Amino acid sequence: MSENRVANLGSKFEPKLVAFMCNWCSYTASDLAGTARLHYAPNVRIIRVMCSGRVDPTFVLKAFALGADGVMIAGCHPGDCHYLEQNYKTMRRYALLRYTLAELGIEEDRLRLVWASAAEGPQLAEAINDFVERVRQLGPLRWSINWQEDGQREKAIEQIAHEHAEALEVPV
Amino acid sequence: MSQTHAHGRSSGKPKLALYWAASCGGCEIAVLAIDEKILTVAEHFDVVFWPCAVDGKVRDIEKMADGEIRLCLFNGGIRTSEQEYMARLLRRKSQVLVAFGSCAQEGCIPGLANLSNREEIFRTVYRDTLSTDNPQGIYPQPETAVPEGKLHLPIFYDTLKTLGQTVEVDYYLPGCPPEAENIWEALVAVLEGRLPERGSVIGKNTTVCDECPRIREEKKIKRFKRIWEVIPDQEHCLLEQGIICCGIATRAGCGAKCPQVNSPCIGCHGPNEGVEDFGGRLLSALASMIDSNDPNEIERIIREGIPDPVGTLYRFNLASSLLRRSRRAATDGNGQKGAAASKLGAVS
Repeated sequence: MSENRVANLGSKFEPKLVAFMCNWCSYTASDLAGTARLHYAPNVRIIRVMCSGRVDPTFVLKAFALGADGVMIAGCHPGDCHYLEQNYKTMRRYALLRYTLAELGIEEDRLRLVWASAAEGPQLAEAINDFVERVRQLGPLRWSINWQEDGQREKAIEQIAHEHAEALEVPV
Repeated sequence: MSQTHAHGRSSGKPKLALYWAASCGGCEIAVLAIDEKILTVAEHFDVVFWPCAVDGKVRDIEKMADGEIRLCLFNGGIRTSEQEYMARLLRRKSQVLVAFGSCAQEGCIPGLANLSNREEIFRTVYRDTLSTDNPQGIYPQPETAVPEGKLHLPIFYDTLKTLGQTVEVDYYLPGCPPEAENIWEALVAVLEGRLPERGSVIGKNTTVCDECPRIREEKKIKRFKRIWEVIPDQEHCLLEQGIICCGIATRAGCGAKCPQVNSPCIGCHGPNEGVEDFGGRLLSALASMIDSNDPNEIERIIREGIPDPVGTLYRFNLASSLLRRSRRAATDGNGQKGAAASKLGAVS
């Protein structure tokens, strides 16, 4: 709905972003930003996870496939993980995931990793604003159009049936 | 089968069809790998359609009643309008449609061409390969006018689709190609009417690691090694030796044949049960083995050891992955925009 509204108003492109935030630091930071009435761009849909290490790369791929223009993963600073060292795994997966997305033609900047402690509400708000601006520059992704075939497909399939009926029938 | 009279050869036996679309033909050979049991198959089924092995006409299939074929084993992905036509036709005429092998199930190697598009593929095949002599630059056209009328070629799609992305599939038989024992089991299951839940994969619900006899300890590596760089030790997990082995994400059923002869699993049996995106899961497992907490070093280890991440992570399943293909650029691959690309023409 909001997409139509934006199109109708002819306004500038508003990126749709998904942010996976860890329960212990980053989600709390976003909460803090809210409590402190800090403004940050409303483009981001926050999904709370227990740990940034819980973010299966599949989640990120699915977000892009379903229409996200950018994805943020936010977790505790290295060394501060509530589960000891899972955010180091996030760091490694993030690096390989970005590299893989680049080969598929998704700009590396569409995926961003942010470390934000529970006290860093203002920093997180700033990181979100910054990310929104970057994705706005990159423009819409609209991934699913990549696999849509043109309209002549159905016609061509129908034609095969016609041709078979015409050419291959032996008159009795 | 009460409807058999609709088709001339009423033998009372259930009808079997086999078809191939975008595939290499290996799946056809795999059917014969059940050896002398193929005679048992012929005893119990009336093979009505199998272009690779027996004479049969599409027209005969078109004339059949819907659901007249008991079982259709369909291998290959869908790359052209003709293949899509055949997929729809065989879906309609078959009670049980099986996506047979990796191509039909997940796109397989032909699906890796989803990293390019029709124009790039045509240019390579009809112009750039050394053995091609095409001075007039002739490319296949969907329609050609000749004095007698118009001739048609199927439309070649930009994106290879899996069978399941094209029509409803009843069962999936994994493997590139499927193992003879699994094929036989599936055939027997159909004959005896004891099929699993519709839409499921006929195979094991665990990974290749479970069938691999190698010793597993701790997965921590400083470097990914390419297979030509080392001769792996025979005892220990290949991943722990830094060799990318896809067994960790791949469905079991092959008996871990490759790792047992010192060759890493390349993932031909596709994702394990419940996995939506093979590459995503493999990526997750591979990356977390990297023994470093320094972003720069991590970056270096990845880029030095994995020159082609998509080909490594999605060798058999790019077409069935969540993203399905690479981004279709506005340019045609040689950096030329629109016009040059559409000259090749097929459809715009």
